[in-house]
Amino acid sequence: MKLSPYLYISPFFILFAIVGLYPLLYTAWVSLHDWHLIGGQGDFVGLKNFADVLQQPRFYNALKNTFSIFLLSSIPQIITAIFVAWMLDANLRAKTFWRMGVLLPYVVAPVAVSLIFSKLFADESGLINTLLTQIGLSPIGWHADSFAAHVAIATMVNFRWTGYNTLIFLAAMQAVPRELYEAAVVDGANRVHQFFHVTLPSLRPTMIFVVITSTIGGLQIFDEPRMYDTLGAGGADKQWQTLTMYLYELGWGPTRSFGRASAVAWLLFLIIIVIGVVNFLLTSRISNSEGKATKKGAQA
Amino acid sequence: MSSVPMIEQTAGKGAARYARRKLGMSGGTRRAGWGTYLILTIVLLISVYPLYYATQLASSDAATIAKNPIPPLLPQGNFFNNMNRVLNSDINFWKAFWNSVTVSTVTAVFLVIFSTLAGYAFAKLRFRGKGPLLLFVIATMAVPAQLGIVPLFIVMSKLGLTGNLAAVIIPNLVTAFGVFWMTQYLRQALPYELIEAARVDGCSMIQTFRHVAIPAAAPAAAMLALFTFVAQWTNFFWPFIVLDASNPTLPVALQLLQASYFKDYSLIMAGVVISTLPLILVFIVTGRRLVAGVMEGAVKG
Repeated sequence: MKLSPYLYISPFFILFAIVGLYPLLYTAWVSLHDWHLIGGQGDFVGLKNFADVLQQPRFYNALKNTFSIFLLSSIPQIITAIFVAWMLDANLRAKTFWRMGVLLPYVVAPVAVSLIFSKLFADESGLINTLLTQIGLSPIGWHADSFAAHVAIATMVNFRWTGYNTLIFLAAMQAVPRELYEAAVVDGANRVHQFFHVTLPSLRPTMIFVVITSTIGGLQIFDEPRMYDTLGAGGADKQWQTLTMYLYELGWGPTRSFGRASAVAWLLFLIIIVIGVVNFLLTSRISNSEGKATKKGAQA
Repeated sequence: MSSVPMIEQTAGKGAARYARRKLGMSGGTRRAGWGTYLILTIVLLISVYPLYYATQLASSDAATIAKNPIPPLLPQGNFFNNMNRVLNSDINFWKAFWNSVTVSTVTAVFLVIFSTLAGYAFAKLRFRGKGPLLLFVIATMAVPAQLGIVPLFIVMSKLGLTGNLAAVIIPNLVTAFGVFWMTQYLRQALPYELIEAARVDGCSMIQTFRHVAIPAAAPAAAMLALFTFVAQWTNFFWPFIVLDASNPTLPVALQLLQASYFKDYSLIMAGVVISTLPLILVFIVTGRRLVAGVMEGAVKG
């Protein structure tokens, strides 16, 4: 038996076992114990940490905020990304320039993005509220109102990731065989028809990919809401505290309970898996029915 | 269709680009009208304005910012003064800068080495358990990083590494994505014939790796290094937990700056500009590769 292939993969797997796999399983172990930042491991308590967390209104508040921010960021983001990708998928001059332009926000740290946008969205003397009052509208309580705060935080996420996803969709669009468009033109399809009946159905696998990656990232959001005000506790009424912020507060805040923080980590993991599966089923069903329709159309 | 590469060979890139545009091949079937350029210009302004806004505030002063919610169009002259104040504040920004350089560089280099080694084996070598192992790697890409944070912290404090850069570097030295990326790339970029030829010529396994696999992997390795560098430069959650104020990375230093000087936005934004500018410069030089990386990753993923 050859040994050398294992030598190639062993550095990765050894390190991965130590820094990836081991903490994963260890989290489960910690979540079943009374365990504190100071004092360390205590008694085995079974599922008590999970029960405690699931009885906290704060947990459901954080869950609600996380989902609200996630939906407000991912849905508009994917729609915008597909639209901008469609604009880029044309015979453009200076292609690289435009593509780099949309990717630029990706290199700005979320912490920096949040500092910039929390000033833009400041309740008083913020640029956006000033512009709103100048055109005769009433200013919005971007920090005071929970929905407005979610919109502001989602805007930061969208600023950083829309361009990245645009390029992913652009790559998928460029892989669409040009003959399909020619056939559609021969059949009398205008640009809008082409977009809905040729471009969109062929984006199916990419859509699944983008939705799943943005679910994994979006439900773990921490940086942007943490930096949205100076205190970093998620607002006076915790109106923008997310699950990861709650995890941090449980583990490193006043309660210092690693047991409960680990329970939240596992709950977050389960939620991500469930959402991932639901996303996958939904997305494949939607684009499947569309795809079938076009295929039939193309065959006829 | 095969004529365009030939034009590129014989008449140069410009002519090939022209031919492509003429044939309507490289872009969509649509020719871009002024509407498309208008929309893209608006998108570009949205990408750039928040950064410009940071520069506007960073070159102003607290009193002016409080008086004018809409900053003057052109940057004011106060940037270097603010920059000095940030660098001389009680938050160690210079140290944070070098820490970020160290963490990002070391992580990128080692991650690329480990990923290339494993990717080469997964793409080109035959061994028992290869399929399940690769599947396992791919499956773990869905595991949220937050899941391991508590035990990772427990381990780091037991090792006495909290507050140390090693605590930030070590957990990020390997990622499932890196291995997946290199495997996918080497599968199509490195033909078996080349490996066999090297073996016939008497190369050992290690020599084959050095003289055949590494050159073939170089373009993808460079992209992976770039993405890792960006990810580490912008990483906040874990460094924020495991490092302290005496030894921060740039995002952690920004948080400290916000906590201590929240009343002075010219100072905070100067910090934002200082921590963002290096990566913007990297982006100007390597942005072309990053764009290609995102797009190629999408096609393979």
